[in-house]
Amino acid sequence: MTSVAATRPKRGRARTPKPIHVQFRTIVSPHQLNSRWGRRIYWLVLAAVVVTFSLAFVFPLYWMVTGAMKTPEEVAQVPPTLVPAQPTLAPFFEAWELFDIGTLLANTVYYALGAWVFCMCVDVAAAYALSKLRPAFGNVILGAMLATLMIPPMVILIPLYVTIVDLGLLNNPWGLWFPAAANGFNIFLLKRFFDSIPRELIEAAQIDGAGPLRVLWSVVLPVSRPILGVVSIFTIVTAFKDFVLPLLVMTDSEKMTISVGLSQTAGAVTQNQVMGGLVIAAVPMIIVFFVFQRHIMAGLTAGSIKG
Amino acid sequence: MGVLRRNLTAYGFLCAALFCFTVFAWYPMVREFVLSFQRTDLINPPEWVGLANFQGAVQDPAFWEAWLNTVEFTFLALVCGYAVPFVVALVLNELRHARAYLRFVVYLPVMLPPIVAVLLFRWFYDPGPGLFNQLLDLAGLPPLAWLDSSSTALISLVLVATWMNMGSATLIYLAALQNIPPELYEAAELDGAGIFRRIRHVTIPQTRLILLLMLMLQIVATMQVFIEPYMLTGGGPENATVTVAYLMYQFAFSQMNYGQAGALGMMLMLVLLVFAALQLRWTREDPA
Repeated sequence: MTSVAATRPKRGRARTPKPIHVQFRTIVSPHQLNSRWGRRIYWLVLAAVVVTFSLAFVFPLYWMVTGAMKTPEEVAQVPPTLVPAQPTLAPFFEAWELFDIGTLLANTVYYALGAWVFCMCVDVAAAYALSKLRPAFGNVILGAMLATLMIPPMVILIPLYVTIVDLGLLNNPWGLWFPAAANGFNIFLLKRFFDSIPRELIEAAQIDGAGPLRVLWSVVLPVSRPILGVVSIFTIVTAFKDFVLPLLVMTDSEKMTISVGLSQTAGAVTQNQVMGGLVIAAVPMIIVFFVFQRHIMAGLTAGSIKG
Repeated sequence: MGVLRRNLTAYGFLCAALFCFTVFAWYPMVREFVLSFQRTDLINPPEWVGLANFQGAVQDPAFWEAWLNTVEFTFLALVCGYAVPFVVALVLNELRHARAYLRFVVYLPVMLPPIVAVLLFRWFYDPGPGLFNQLLDLAGLPPLAWLDSSSTALISLVLVATWMNMGSATLIYLAALQNIPPELYEAAELDGAGIFRRIRHVTIPQTRLILLLMLMLQIVATMQVFIEPYMLTGGGPENATVTVAYLMYQFAFSQMNYGQAGALGMMLMLVLLVFAALQLRWTREDPA
């Protein structure tokens, strides 16, 4: 790009601006975009969008972090300060103590990772059976599993809770893990991917004497890394973010998740301490997003039908 | 491998999933139906009460208001959460710079645990030192009561819900927009179609399926709003933000009336099933 701009002959008084590079065609044609006014409007819109997005989505988070670095007096001050006058990390430590965040965070991570391991074992095995072993009534089972996607979780919350109470799974992580594994969407994604694995690959392994478990472990799983990554991240993120079921199932303060713990104690502490707690709860997910951005964005559209 | 043996192995692989689905997905649906005709406190054996739970639910003073609020919430959330992401996606798709940044930023709130967004906005809505009233003040406008007034409480909840959820819809639309063949735009342009007619006659028909799908998903998702009223308003002021899901929670856990909660759940399920059926029909009709 820079070499192109440098070699272009100068026209008139002003240096010709760099053309806006068009990778693929969209609604506005490249020609229109690179006209004199097109270019001005483009940069104006770009600037407006970047500023609006930063204000709408980044500024609230900035406010949360700086709110946690202010003193209680400063946080309640009118008008508020844009930058903390005396930034302090004390509210983070206070929040850690008051909310007992160490325990909450450890619980949440434990539940999320447990849900992930259990979900993967159960759903991968089921999707493999439905896709490659094709048992009698396999399609009926698949249909019934997918039908659960039509029923929003909130609607069966009460009977699910009643069932969990009946089984004595209150305050037991299995009360979260079993329902998490009954995830029709995971089965759907995994089965669809397994369906695309060529039959020859599996037959070759079978001729070499591999049983079904061996085929799953040594052939199917290694080629399914992309979908396993997507399903893993979504399972962990969903479990970490989940609120309503842990609210009902994990009622002991020793066993609460971080979301529920924050919701229970938030009214009893000062605003800067609440913000400190929120920052600590948000950081793990923001790190996950930074690291797995690609997988998450790919997974978002993996399930949807192409328009 | 014999047929019997293959079936046995297959069901061996399936049994864990069958257990989870049977006990924690399929049975609760049946249980909801049974529950709605019973009175139970989960300790003593349940007794059959016929349609009393449905009667009780309908006669609850907040029942009709809850449905009205849910419909209103869904409608407002559709305006904000459905139209806005599409327009945002249209604009983002035209931009050639800062794409990664914008996509990252719009999805960031979706990654946060909902409790973080909700408690953060509770602070913003604070009538005193809250950010929103301070901004209004800065702009020379009078302050609003936000969550404390029955006229603004519901829209305040919609605002949080939109902020924390719009990222996923935006990215899904963006992916759909990128799948539109560029030749269609070129052809439309040759035929003399301006920008708005290109949107009207190329973009929207090309993304029709995903637009329909997202419409239904949005309706179903917003019909079960819970965490926003639960954390922000407790259904108030004057029941202005009681949603059906929240009322269900109250029946079960404030009044310990699980049967009545089950009855309300059945009604919500029926309404949502109608939407699901409509969705299935509309998407089936599409040749794509």
